[in-house]
Amino acid sequence: MLKINGLTVSHGAIRALDNVSFSVEKGGLTAVIGSNGAGKTTLMRTLSGLKSADSGSATWNDHNLLHGKPEHHVRQGVSHVSEGKSVVAQLSVEENLDLGALWRRNPAEAKKSKAEVFELFPRLHERREQQADTLSGGERQMLAISRAYMARPQLLLLDEPSLGLAPLVIEQIFQSIRHIVDSMGVTVVLVEQNAMGALRIADFGVVLNLGTIAAWGRASDLIADPAVRTAYLGF
Amino acid sequence: MSQFLDMFLIGISAASIYALMAISMVLVWRSTRVVNFAQAGMALLSAYIGYELVSRTGNFWISLPLAMILGAAFSAFIEFFLMRTLLKHSNQGPIAAIAPIIATLGLLGVIRAVIGFIWGHGDVQLEAPLSKVGYKFGDTTLFIGPMGLFVICFVVALLLVVTIVFQKTNIGLALRASAYAPEIAQLSGIRVSGIRTLGWAIAGAAGAAAGILQTVNGTGGLTPESLEFSLLLVFGFIAAVIGGLESLPGAVLGAVILGLVLAFVQIYISGTLVFIVAFILLLAVLILRPQGFLGSKAGRRA
Repeated sequence: MLKINGLTVSHGAIRALDNVSFSVEKGGLTAVIGSNGAGKTTLMRTLSGLKSADSGSATWNDHNLLHGKPEHHVRQGVSHVSEGKSVVAQLSVEENLDLGALWRRNPAEAKKSKAEVFELFPRLHERREQQADTLSGGERQMLAISRAYMARPQLLLLDEPSLGLAPLVIEQIFQSIRHIVDSMGVTVVLVEQNAMGALRIADFGVVLNLGTIAAWGRASDLIADPAVRTAYLGF
Repeated sequence: MSQFLDMFLIGISAASIYALMAISMVLVWRSTRVVNFAQAGMALLSAYIGYELVSRTGNFWISLPLAMILGAAFSAFIEFFLMRTLLKHSNQGPIAAIAPIIATLGLLGVIRAVIGFIWGHGDVQLEAPLSKVGYKFGDTTLFIGPMGLFVICFVVALLLVVTIVFQKTNIGLALRASAYAPEIAQLSGIRVSGIRTLGWAIAGAAGAAAGILQTVNGTGGLTPESLEFSLLLVFGFIAAVIGGLESLPGAVLGAVILGLVLAFVQIYISGTLVFIVAFILLLAVLILRPQGFLGSKAGRRA
């Protein structure tokens, strides 16, 4: 499981996360919601090793996430899809997918993962030879998630996959994320501004406010909580 | 007609050497965002190493690949011990943008001094292993002979190998991804710092080949203060910029354009105009098409 304890992270003099603690059970989908500047992206970047923490601890099973570079964490089963369509625009769709599985050095396993990805997103199969920057926003997001999936993660960190997408496309992406959790046994932490949409598909929710945890619990309980409703869900 | 053919052959043989130099500059730029002015020194050092190997083994054909391997090792060493430390310590404020470039200029001076220290400041001769007498067809003597032909073929072969490595192999995919989007490459599990060193190593090998081939194809003379190597750096850099500084095919295209234009000027106008024309070409590209012929406007993402 993912255990975060007293995590504090700063950008220069500004404290982005202040003593954040929560845990995520294996196998579920946890949504992290909150307004702009709540520290959601900082949380993800810290967990994947792109940003260093001031204090606290974060572990996935027995693996310390606050020590070592991102490539090290990927090899321990933690993959991160960073904010804003995390694909290499100059590479083809298929090259992006191959990139995700390169470190595994196991072409047969990588091929299997690629087949799973193409089954989940047939559109990517159709466009496999196109350069990634010719894809639509939704397709790019599918590719970003697939690229991370190619690393065969146990824990997948997704940062705002719905950003800038049309409602129908968001729905499709969310359903695919749910599918990755249910059928492929991946634990997902999903950061979203689209709070209601994310809580609807999630098992658990974490509400961040100005770098601290405002609420934490089952997603259905958070949706029902009047305080969370008025402050974050807008009704 | 024979004048035109000469122009073409002069242009292509110059272009083949500019192309190697341009590729080494592009590789270093792509992997670390540094314009490596020390490349001239590294190529010169490799040419001296080539000279040393030839005088010890007596065999140019063994010495050339050996010098390229040593050039690669030296370049990787520089990246690993100098550039990495430098980028770690001067990564903030105005100095961050300029420090790596200044450092490569400093390194250029150091390398030249070390060469003078080891081999002395006089001329040494790296003899051409093949005849430089032009091929004859009836009455006309072509500009290039066996040596020139070898240089062109060797460079074409090297370019093919580089293309296959970059486009068809896993290492090539890692090299491209790390160049275009280092953060995403890292998040994909690529050890980007190691790939960076590899990029410098390939650049070192290409620079070594450029240095040795230019020397044997030219006068064969080497001095630590060699003007020819400074020009090689400038022309390699111009070729890289014409191609967009990011693109390997662009670097080759830039070298061919530069080589042919300079040959045209040399044959039909005047040899004294070569430098002016090279710089006018550079300025024209920077004004009319600053992203180069094959560069992308998008640039690199974090």
